[in-house]
Amino acid sequence: MEKLKSLADLKKIREGAREKLDLRVKGDNPEGLVLVKVAMATCGIASGAKPIMDFFVEELDKRGIGAVVTQTGCMGYCYAEPTVEVQLPGKEPVVYGFVDRKRADEIIEKYIKNGELVEGIIPVNYEKID
Amino acid sequence: MKEIGLHIMDIVQNSVRAGASEISVTLSESIAKDTLTLAIADDGKGMDEETCRRATDPFFTSRTTRKVGLGLPLLQMNAGLSGGGVKIESAPGKGTTVTATFGYSHVDRPPLGDVSGTIALLILSNPGINIIYNHLCDGNGWSISTREIREELGDDAVTDLTIVRPLKEIINENVSSLRNIEAGYDKY
Repeated sequence: MEKLKSLADLKKIREGAREKLDLRVKGDNPEGLVLVKVAMATCGIASGAKPIMDFFVEELDKRGIGAVVTQTGCMGYCYAEPTVEVQLPGKEPVVYGFVDRKRADEIIEKYIKNGELVEGIIPVNYEKID
Repeated sequence: MKEIGLHIMDIVQNSVRAGASEISVTLSESIAKDTLTLAIADDGKGMDEETCRRATDPFFTSRTTRKVGLGLPLLQMNAGLSGGGVKIESAPGKGTTVTATFGYSHVDRPPLGDVSGTIALLILSNPGINIIYNHLCDGNGWSISTREIREELGDDAVTDLTIVRPLKEIINENVSSLRNIEAGYDKY
């Protein structure tokens, strides 16, 4: 494949992929999306939060799961970084600590796909921060 | 922080928290001057003189979740180790500019790391903020911004996960072509 050089090149590819995109929950049902927030403050970054975010972005896309992946600040669980907050549609957010690639994979396969809780949940009366 | 890319990710979060609507990240590499300069400018709420002075104090933070704030101190340490430093200019209501200078060929300068990936993730994560990335190599320059992406690909593109990888590729290609002329640049 030819290398991407400009946004116009990217536009062409996206138009080609439009059909595939339409098959997803995306667009017509934004509430149906899984919300993944990776804590990306100094503590998180120093513990490797960026590669974890890369992993979520890549794998959720590859596995065809309609999701929004974004960043959040430090929630005070610096000892447990990288931490990831996952909110399934219509559910309370759950925060996972010490997330490495293996646990991130488990979160996608078990929690996001089947709603089955995975080890590593930070058990606090957690409230979402904006 | 082991890479310049991670510092960018980190310092930009400060601008995000300051309520910025536009954040510009400028990375300039100069073999001629033997410097690497990272400037992050935002139009957020800014800081008064006292806060600005204390920003590089590791035991000062505006957060309430913890008592330390290491983003700027770590940047200052890494810049200082390679013979450079950090300058912070800010005024309440006027935004903040953080400029870090590194010695380009200094052994203690952190590698650039995954700058393109960082920029792509920042664009994806902050759809409401116009993120501008400028890369300069001794006179040659290239830039990309959230606004350009919106105009070219539509508003929904910036929150689309599928855009991250190609965006990273576009940044890599263009930055690499800036430096074909001269040798001695870091791996990008």
